[in-house]
Amino acid sequence: MKTKRIALVGNPNSGKTTLFNAITGANQHVGNWPGVTVEKKEGSFTYRGATYDVVDLPGIYSLGAFSEDEIVAMDYILTDDADVIIDVIDASNIERNLYLTTQLLEMGKNLVIALNMVDEAEKREMKFDVAAMSRALGVPVVPTVASRDNGTEAVIKEAVKAIERKRVYQNPLTYSDNVSHHHEHMVELLEGKDLPYPPAWAAIKVIEGDSHVISRIEASTDDATVLNGITEFHKFHSSDNFELEIVDSRYAFAHRIAEQTVKRPPVEVVTLTDKIDKILINKYLGIPIFALIMLAVFQLTFAIGQDLLGGYAAALVEGLGVLIERFLIWAHSPEWLVSFMIDGVVNGVGAVVEFVPLITVMYLLLSLLEDSGYMARAAYVWDNLMRAFGMQGKAFISMIIGFGCTVPAIMSTRTMDNKKDRMVTMLITPFMSCGAKLPIYSVFIAAFFSDHGGLVLFSLYAFGIIVGLLMAKLFNKTIFKGETSYFIMELPPYRIPSTKSVMRSMWLNVSDFIKRAGTIIFMVVTIMWLLAVLPGSAEPYSQSSYLGRLGTLLVPIFRHAGFGTWQESVALFAGIPAKEAVVGTLGMLYAGQYMEEGVVLVNAVQQHFTSLTALAYMVMVLLYTPCAATISAVARETKSVRWPVAMALYTFAIGWFVAVLVFQIGSLFGFA
Amino acid sequence: MSVSLTNLRAGEKGKVHAIAAGKYATKRLYEIGFNTSAHVTVIKNDAGPVIVSINGNKVALGRGLAHKVMLAKDQ
Repeated sequence: MKTKRIALVGNPNSGKTTLFNAITGANQHVGNWPGVTVEKKEGSFTYRGATYDVVDLPGIYSLGAFSEDEIVAMDYILTDDADVIIDVIDASNIERNLYLTTQLLEMGKNLVIALNMVDEAEKREMKFDVAAMSRALGVPVVPTVASRDNGTEAVIKEAVKAIERKRVYQNPLTYSDNVSHHHEHMVELLEGKDLPYPPAWAAIKVIEGDSHVISRIEASTDDATVLNGITEFHKFHSSDNFELEIVDSRYAFAHRIAEQTVKRPPVEVVTLTDKIDKILINKYLGIPIFALIMLAVFQLTFAIGQDLLGGYAAALVEGLGVLIERFLIWAHSPEWLVSFMIDGVVNGVGAVVEFVPLITVMYLLLSLLEDSGYMARAAYVWDNLMRAFGMQGKAFISMIIGFGCTVPAIMSTRTMDNKKDRMVTMLITPFMSCGAKLPIYSVFIAAFFSDHGGLVLFSLYAFGIIVGLLMAKLFNKTIFKGETSYFIMELPPYRIPSTKSVMRSMWLNVSDFIKRAGTIIFMVVTIMWLLAVLPGSAEPYSQSSYLGRLGTLLVPIFRHAGFGTWQESVALFAGIPAKEAVVGTLGMLYAGQYMEEGVVLVNAVQQHFTSLTALAYMVMVLLYTPCAATISAVARETKSVRWPVAMALYTFAIGWFVAVLVFQIGSLFGFA
Repeated sequence: MSVSLTNLRAGEKGKVHAIAAGKYATKRLYEIGFNTSAHVTVIKNDAGPVIVSINGNKVALGRGLAHKVMLAKDQ
């Protein structure tokens, strides 16, 4: 028997993914919907001996055809692949959430409603008559608090029951007389025409003018009466606005249900969120507070990740290195293997692994910020300033996501409705310094600016934002002229982030970092090591090795930026597949060159750089060509070759130019 | 008499009367709760986007868009 499938549907911020996590636990994986870049989360659970598959559909407000998210969700629901749909509703926002429910009921779907976050609604003194709601909607309603795993069991039970029961189709909506009249005729036209959708629903979508459904109907039939009927209808009624009439009847339905089953206090309760917002999004304080929060994030990242824990990680890597070396010598391994393992793997990959505590703390803090509800406020306070640079507040969220990793930041631009805004945002997100660059700064900061670690880091990130905004302005004035799109954004209530969800998000990022160290970084370092010890005739790690020759070729490019040795140039080159490899390659080359025990990367860096060239190098790393994963993400999102190539080149040019500027101006003022 | 959302001060209330934006933006506004006759309370209207509350849920609207939302102001 085919495994039964359950699909989760709900508005953004309804706690849908939290419920998905609560239901499936660790049994889940993330992929992509075919043909689009919308994330697809799937998982499974076992209940009374039977296994059920669960799909987490994208968060949507409505089943329309405007964004990729909506199309993915609608197509999935329409194909009837799911045996039951769990519709997750934010209880404190019930009317708007019921709007989507109404559409699902219109489609005649087998539904179970999870009335989620009832705790927050209760804080606002809202009371729910769950039984009455269930009766009025004709489907089971289960109150839940997914973040605390309350009601999960009950939802599962109801979903399983619903699969066995199957819902009888019955459209609970009454449309306006006008719409009903046309609906009857349209149903007659579509009935028995073997369409992929139920005729009653298809007829409403045709009247509503849903271009996506109409084109699907037209593609599925060549019945001339149907095709002509639809075209005629829209030609004849081009001036009518049935769409808004239908939307209004849906809202009227949702409103009636809420009226009958939800009791609200006579006066809205002033919540803690309201009080906090008075300060955090204040006209004058908003941006300074944002800057303070980010500064605190970087200070803490350094204080905990580096000063407190960094030593342990370094000692661990060093200890492991000694162990491996002893083992290899004890086993009489050939010299090349010892060299590869120690110079290549331990000093290369190890140099990256040492930064696990640092990036762990950073990701932990970023996910705390995200889960607390502050990100939406950051977008709000930045909207005005962003507009001055031709962008909108939402782009700022993508930029902050870029502090973690540029790839999801590029993907997050999908929520922007306007193509121009989206392109500009994608082109500037690489300037938002990502987690993989952190190890590089960290080495240089430890070597030259150890007293002001957090501040230097903060300045680098801030500088990245400034360069990004200036480039955005430039793009808006040149290749992407046009209106900046409007800004609509929900400001969800502040929440105390749940430990589980923060840990999960942190672990996803950290495990990815470790995985990358073991795969792509290992590969890059291996290739670099091979190039550094070959040909056999050359002195290993010297300028006469292949790597040395390549580096020498690159040196003239970077001389004006102050870093004129081949090692430094070739490390930047190694950073194009993955940024961490810059540190990995430097670690390997310096260790190989000095051929002595205990030469720590930081000391080697102190010998090869000055504080000025270190600064120029960090600026170069901050701005130059993003990693291969980012470039390919841009290729996927823009479905082009031109944009990713253009991005790779222009960022390199900017990085180089600014690094040269830093070095030349610094030299002029007598810094060394 | 209907006024634009941007004309309301913090604390003032109104009922959505009409939306004079493009088709796409209008639909988005509808979906997020600005349907005809929805009650809104202005929370913040100084610099930057206007924040309103619909049934206690806060939504920020860019000024350009807020300007196109017409309300019947509560007296």
